[in-house]
Amino acid sequence: MVVDLRVDVGGLSLQNPVMPASGTFAEGLAALVPFGKLGASVTKTVTSELREGNPVRRAAEVCGGVIWNIGIPSKGVDHFINDTLPFYRQFKTPLIVSVSAPTANGFAEIVERLAIPGVSAIEANISCPNLEENGDSFAARPGATERVVQKLRKATRLPLWVKLTPNTGEVPAVARAAADAGADALVVANTILAMAIDIETFQPKLGGIMGGLSGPAVKPIVLRMAYQCAKSVKIPIVGCGGICSADDAVEYMLAGASAVQVGMATFVRPDSMLQIIEGLSAFCHRKGIKRVAELTGAVQDGTLDIHAIEAAVA
Amino acid sequence: MSIRTPLGVSGPAVSDVKTTVISNKAVNAEYLQLTLEAPEPAPSALPGQFFHLECNSDRPSNLLLRRPMSIYKADPVSGTVEFLYKVTGVGTRAMAALAPGQSIRILGPLGVGFKLQPNWRRIAVLGRGVGLATLAPLAEFAKMQGIGVSAILSARTAALVMSVDRFAAAGAKISIVLDSDGTSSPDNVARILRSCVCDGVDAFFTCGSSRLMLLMQSLGKEFKIAGQVALEQQMACGLGMCFCCVRYFKTSNGTESRRVCVQGPVFNLEEVLPWS
Repeated sequence: MVVDLRVDVGGLSLQNPVMPASGTFAEGLAALVPFGKLGASVTKTVTSELREGNPVRRAAEVCGGVIWNIGIPSKGVDHFINDTLPFYRQFKTPLIVSVSAPTANGFAEIVERLAIPGVSAIEANISCPNLEENGDSFAARPGATERVVQKLRKATRLPLWVKLTPNTGEVPAVARAAADAGADALVVANTILAMAIDIETFQPKLGGIMGGLSGPAVKPIVLRMAYQCAKSVKIPIVGCGGICSADDAVEYMLAGASAVQVGMATFVRPDSMLQIIEGLSAFCHRKGIKRVAELTGAVQDGTLDIHAIEAAVA
Repeated sequence: MSIRTPLGVSGPAVSDVKTTVISNKAVNAEYLQLTLEAPEPAPSALPGQFFHLECNSDRPSNLLLRRPMSIYKADPVSGTVEFLYKVTGVGTRAMAALAPGQSIRILGPLGVGFKLQPNWRRIAVLGRGVGLATLAPLAEFAKMQGIGVSAILSARTAALVMSVDRFAAAGAKISIVLDSDGTSSPDNVARILRSCVCDGVDAFFTCGSSRLMLLMQSLGKEFKIAGQVALEQQMACGLGMCFCCVRYFKTSNGTESRRVCVQGPVFNLEEVLPWS
């Protein structure tokens, strides 16, 4: 049985559901991973303004993950269009361009610049905990989310994916606000606001004091969010948080994700995404599942019996 | 389809290879030497380049970032690569537990190595601590190209000076300076470096100490001698993607951050700013 790995995500048809998380992927990986095999490419967040990034140290390793305080260094949108985009045009893989801005109007302005060949979809990073003071972001509240996504929707006809934050108590409401304002898909989620202190020096381990936690440590939390979002909206969910193996990817898809993003795992094993694509195919084969898309939302929370399906196939 | 990539343009291709531990033992009270049998392209690494070592091969669930290690020795004939390291945390502790016969994945060779000009006659290298491990292959590289080496090796005590035999075998004129007898003072190092300049030096090289870097930078400016510095920084991806490993440089417009992993680890000495 050949497993059909194709999935549809917010206006795009992908050859498989595996893609990188923004900020953990760039041209340098092409030396090791054929980008043509990925479901999509996702750029580091592009901003209109030039950004130097945060003071070092920019990463703190903790149990099961890393707290990042990179600060979105950006050479600006012109540099992206002239120097980065041509590199990605050599691949047939859809390119998702992550963007951010300090204001809703700024978001609208940058996506207007990106209605150009080679850009397949926009991922609006309205959730970076390192962009604004105290980890605040648009995606922390439904009202702010609705306003910025409305502006984005008016400014672009490209598929619009909106990346949410785990740093909110209003996950379903924020998800609905983004969907109601016209998002085509939700990426769930960005990193979890976190902190670490060196007890020898009494100093924070990060130059910017607080940062965003990613890695296996966040997986159960973000998986719960992906489930909540999938139950709250009709648009597709892209799961992102601690996915290191095909098993993790399957878990996110069962929770309701149509596709997944892989971040920190790529830093440890550059070919992690390829391993996850192969693993997904093997998993579906073992379970007698013909289309990987059948996994989406198939968690047995009262609506579906996997044992019955397996018995029927056997 | 040929893939254009900014990596691998000035050295061997980059690959994530599985290597086998040949030996992993202490060279003194603080440092260990790890020797690996490695497939190509690893043994073709150039001096100043580095590898990103996986520290938890047996437990992928306990995710640790890789650890960047500069090349102590890379030998395409024997198919081996060697690293010198100190146990400072969980990653290097895991490395220290590796026994002969065990495997470890290494990603590389990565980064921009040292550059030597064919018309140079003599270079001066100034290193401290584990920085000496980075400079030893440079001395051998220089010898192969008929370039003489004046080496100033700095350490806390005589027992912690490493790679003296490597510098000696490369025909280097060696000065050892120590904290224990006060010879590593900036004044004395400056005096030795000035005498090197008097002997005729075409370029400066340094690694391992911000203070020594500043000293070499200032003498380089005074005598108009170009220089290169190999930098270290905490690193995550090693491939220029995450922007974790930046150091700061002075430019005509002010200060600029650059990534150690792809723009370095070897940089022009003139522009680097002190790091600690």
